[in-house]
Amino acid sequence: MKARVVVTLKPGVLDPQGKAIEGALGSLGVKGVASVRQGKVFDVELSAGDSAEARASLEAACQKLLANTVIENYSIDI
Amino acid sequence: MNCAVLVFPGSNREGDMARALKAATGRAPAMLWHDDHQLPDDTDLVVLPGGFSYGDYLRCGAIAGRSAIMDAIRAHAKRGGLVLGVCNGFQILCESGLLPGVLMRNANLRFVCRMQHLKVERADTAFTGRYKQGQTIKVAIAHGEGNYEAADAEIERLEGEGLVAFRYCDLDGRVGGEANPNGSRNDIAGIYSPARNVLGLMPHPENLIDPLVGGVDGLGLFESLAAASAA
Repeated sequence: MKARVVVTLKPGVLDPQGKAIEGALGSLGVKGVASVRQGKVFDVELSAGDSAEARASLEAACQKLLANTVIENYSIDI
Repeated sequence: MNCAVLVFPGSNREGDMARALKAATGRAPAMLWHDDHQLPDDTDLVVLPGGFSYGDYLRCGAIAGRSAIMDAIRAHAKRGGLVLGVCNGFQILCESGLLPGVLMRNANLRFVCRMQHLKVERADTAFTGRYKQGQTIKVAIAHGEGNYEAADAEIERLEGEGLVAFRYCDLDGRVGGEANPNGSRNDIAGIYSPARNVLGLMPHPENLIDPLVGGVDGLGLFESLAAASAA
């Protein structure tokens, strides 16, 4: 079973990397970019038998390691 | 004082830390590997040195903060044992939950490596007894992720309970503004746990212990620890 976990900064947390990318896009002449926020994607393969089990494993993975919930949100897509 | 320095894959300041501890205590610290499961008996102080544990993969300090030895350090801190985390060690303490908040990318996106002045917020802790309250000290900084951030309520709690240990200032002791190298909230350079037996700070006091390299202001922290432990 394959899953994708996306970790993003919570709204309101300053993202200097996103800001730098936003500025670079502007200087490359890419039009219409209002703002950029950078996050992380994890593609995970699971041996779980069903999606409920997989979701429980990924929930634990996010809480314990993949996301720092002080500043980050995560979403799980199975 | 019995000291133990933890070494993770990618730590690189453990030698400097061992030298500073030896200068202040007269004894070389035990060097522990991250997958040890326990601290030597009668350890007084555990130190997490600077570096790039696990290559800063995922987030700075995230993987080291969950290594086998951390349970022993948590138990040591709970007993009232002393814990010091410098630079990457501070990041590890935050990731492990021993200290609140998180160290984010420097606001100006630059790795900063220079001398830095700090204001000592209080001189009544095991880490700062040899300093004076409000004293300005000169130490070194070298980090790309030192921008301390926490929820508003957490910052209020740290301030209200007097848990800010050091703030970034200039030569004359003026806190903040241009003197803040990384955008850290309230110019915070280091914080204590509620019982003030755990200290995390971004700057490197262990690098300012010899006049040959520009000053000895960092030695006071290690001498404070030695004095507190002997008391």
